[in-house]
Amino acid sequence: MHDMTLTELARALEAGEFTSRQLTESLLARIERLDGELNSFISVTAEQALAAADAADAARARGEAGPLTGLPLALKDIFCTQDVKTSCGSKMLDNFVAPYDAHVVEKLKAAGTVSLGKTNMDEFAMGSSNENSHYGPVKNPWDLAAVPGGSSGGSAAAVAAGLVPAALGTDTGGSIRQPAAFCGITGLKPTYGRVSRYGMVAYASSLDQGGPMARTAEDCALLLSAIAGHDLRDSTSVARGVPDYRAELGASLSGLKIGLPKEYFGDGLDPAVETAIREAVKVYESLGATVQEVSLPHTHHAIPAYYVIAPAEASSNLSRFDGVRFGHRCDAPTDLEDLYKRSRAEGFGDEVKRRILIGTHTLSEGFFDAYYKKAQQVRRLIRQDFMDAFEEVDVLMGPSTPTPAFDLGANKDPVSMYLQDIYTIAINLAGIPGISVPAGNIDGRPVGLQILGPHFAESQLLNVAHQFQQVTDWHQQRPAFGKENA
Amino acid sequence: MQWETVIGLEVHVQLATRSKIFSGASTAFGAEPNSQACAVDLGLPGVLPVLNESAVAMAVQFGLGIDAEIPEVSIFDRKNYFYPDLPKGYQTSQMYHPIVGPGEVEITLDDGETKRIRVHHAHLEEDAGKSLHEDFHGMTGVDLNRAGTPLLEIVSEPDMRSAKEAAAYLKAIHSIVTYLGISDGNMAEGSMRCDVNVSVRPKGQEAFGTRAEIKNVNSFRFVERAIAFEVERQVELLEDGGKVVQETRLYDPEADETRSMRTKEEANDYRYFPCPDLLPVVLDDAYVDHLRTSLPELPAEKRARFQDKLGLSAYDAGVLSATRAMADFFEGVKDVCGDAKLAANWVQGEFAGRLNKEGLEIASSPVSAAQLGELVARVKDETINGKAAKQVFAALWDGEGDSADAIIEARGLKQVTDTGAIEAMIDQVIADSPVQVAQYRDAEPEKRGKMIGYFVGQVMKASRGTANPQQVNGLLKEKLDALC
Repeated sequence: MHDMTLTELARALEAGEFTSRQLTESLLARIERLDGELNSFISVTAEQALAAADAADAARARGEAGPLTGLPLALKDIFCTQDVKTSCGSKMLDNFVAPYDAHVVEKLKAAGTVSLGKTNMDEFAMGSSNENSHYGPVKNPWDLAAVPGGSSGGSAAAVAAGLVPAALGTDTGGSIRQPAAFCGITGLKPTYGRVSRYGMVAYASSLDQGGPMARTAEDCALLLSAIAGHDLRDSTSVARGVPDYRAELGASLSGLKIGLPKEYFGDGLDPAVETAIREAVKVYESLGATVQEVSLPHTHHAIPAYYVIAPAEASSNLSRFDGVRFGHRCDAPTDLEDLYKRSRAEGFGDEVKRRILIGTHTLSEGFFDAYYKKAQQVRRLIRQDFMDAFEEVDVLMGPSTPTPAFDLGANKDPVSMYLQDIYTIAINLAGIPGISVPAGNIDGRPVGLQILGPHFAESQLLNVAHQFQQVTDWHQQRPAFGKENA
Repeated sequence: MQWETVIGLEVHVQLATRSKIFSGASTAFGAEPNSQACAVDLGLPGVLPVLNESAVAMAVQFGLGIDAEIPEVSIFDRKNYFYPDLPKGYQTSQMYHPIVGPGEVEITLDDGETKRIRVHHAHLEEDAGKSLHEDFHGMTGVDLNRAGTPLLEIVSEPDMRSAKEAAAYLKAIHSIVTYLGISDGNMAEGSMRCDVNVSVRPKGQEAFGTRAEIKNVNSFRFVERAIAFEVERQVELLEDGGKVVQETRLYDPEADETRSMRTKEEANDYRYFPCPDLLPVVLDDAYVDHLRTSLPELPAEKRARFQDKLGLSAYDAGVLSATRAMADFFEGVKDVCGDAKLAANWVQGEFAGRLNKEGLEIASSPVSAAQLGELVARVKDETINGKAAKQVFAALWDGEGDSADAIIEARGLKQVTDTGAIEAMIDQVIADSPVQVAQYRDAEPEKRGKMIGYFVGQVMKASRGTANPQQVNGLLKEKLDALC
């Protein structure tokens, strides 16, 4: 069961091959057995999961099952869940139980899904390796010496290891696509505003976007239809109808115009990754697509602009963690300033502190124009690059990451870590959607192909990914981890 | 040396929306601490603000009320600082692109002179909560009921030159916002408060002196007193060769003085930047025009109409248009009785006097405009005379009857205008007063006018005040003169 996709599981549940309770029990047992080593979960909510599974089975018995009824999944621990801890991977929120569900959690519950728990993540979604979690690093199931990627590394590892068929992640600078690539699964960052951010603990509000992580594009389509849509509680969520994304899979790729941004194939790209990506592009040509080189001239400004804007917003978003109303509070503060200083010093990890300090600096008087304003101007240019490119081609393709997953502890320098997101970050600055699909394997570590489209082109991206998965089997490969225990 | 005072005001007006500016929680005053603070107001992780449209409409109405420019786009910014009663660690406000641009307010001084005070801009923002120090030994309690309450901050240019002008400006703002119905203007409950910037400079000098900011003054009187104290302090300081330090001060009404809030000015860096959770507010012409056409008549227009159309004196028009409650009451009385001058006299005289005496607001007056209007109508149509009317008013106030007519009926106060009946009473009085009649007859003709008062009094007494005084006067004069 643990090897099946959401779509296959849905069919099996429908056919009565097993119940949601049997499926849930089996996966809980698998988590119990394997996650000690993997560390992909922060909280496993067995009791709630079994209750939800029973409710789903009952609904099915009444003939009230929808496409997601009884399907198990997991939620990145950044999504607030009523009565379950939402830690955001931080000591600061180790004791935080939200009194409400995030918008996407409400929607998934209403669709009858079964959440098995909350997955591990880089603290407050800041990181590219999942080594910044208060709950310890997550291991990559393909190679336990490697990182799973971040910040949705727990979600990616859990799906790759067959602990859960799908999970939700969030992507601020690549945090869905990069771990999806490292773990050999499919992950979609939707258009900014497509999925409500209500109840998603904010890192950088103008960049954050929740999205699905699963084994196939088809599964991502299924999940996206459930979580997308307008939410009156999020002013930045877009009032626009939600297609049945899965129903729109199947269009031929004949005549599809693919652009290869030359900036995504330059220095720093692992030649083996480049080879895998070019092979994948050839597959598309064989499906009838045409390929041309395009240019995104401001690409090299994306990382600097991102590391001004994201920390600026983060420094403000994280001010509320002050020890006053919720979260970690230091012992016996002597006065107000002591309360603030020690609560924050003890509650936040190094990477979070680093970004708060960067953000505080770039927003401060005298630096605002030079940093923040300039970065916003760069952001407009980057967005314009993409708009110009989409005048010429339908989609852009390139590597999701410059290298396959690196070893735990290998990347000690923050700046070289930031370069991990070199191909993913500009997409968040532009607000466009992007998907990463498995497209190769180098020495036992997966490679991800990234496909980008204009705003609200999710249907097309999912179909382009889906067609690839109809003729390749990268997405069907499974790590050795967990196999012998199956 | 001659000194000139320079004053600028930042007035915070609490908008009368039912819910908060970015959440659905209630804004009602006086609830149990933290009972009106939802997840958004508490700044819980993951929550997001949603702008309350009625706060926007109210801000725009204010802008239109002071003839201000209304920019097409306004933007919310975050003002970042740490304070326990500031839940998110930032206040959402409007720094660079406020919703209301430059406008102006006309003030009227005691001598009837008017002056225009320029408004630099007005912006929307959320209020913070309240820290409570008294009830917690060695600790501080935080009440977030106020957190997220919509405020309109109205920033003037430094155009005021005296404490009186500042108070008049504050009154003018109060009058405009209450006329518009966008705030209850209740200063005691904190619905309106202001920060006052005061500096002095040698008369004739162009450059401003160093200013002190007096925070959170919450009454018209305190504004005047605080400025008066502050001006004296600064002048004395300067004349003694000292220097004014730029600082924040607090006015203490008990001691009637201002005090420094901080010994050294903290270097605040609020790190303003556009709030990424809120979209820019874009107002199209149709929306603004719609609000413009639905604006009520404002104090200045009303005052002009009272003078020009109703023929009231400038003074009466000013008093009767000072608050919307007063103006509405006056117009109610006028509409029922059909006589603006008579209505003005009664509202300012008997009615305002009684309110004052009992310390009541118009809203809690036991006599309604319709009731008073009917009473004034009975004066106008001479059903009762002025003396009886005062009795009727007192009876209405005390709840003796529902209408003037009912009380007139019950007390038999209807004016007697029947000539025969009045003549009969006059004849009786003349017959009963032989001495006075003799005196009258013997008096010089020009002194007789004064002596007639005695007879009038007797006749009025005989009629229990109901005889028409004019008739009594005329008939008496005829009859007495006939005896001469």
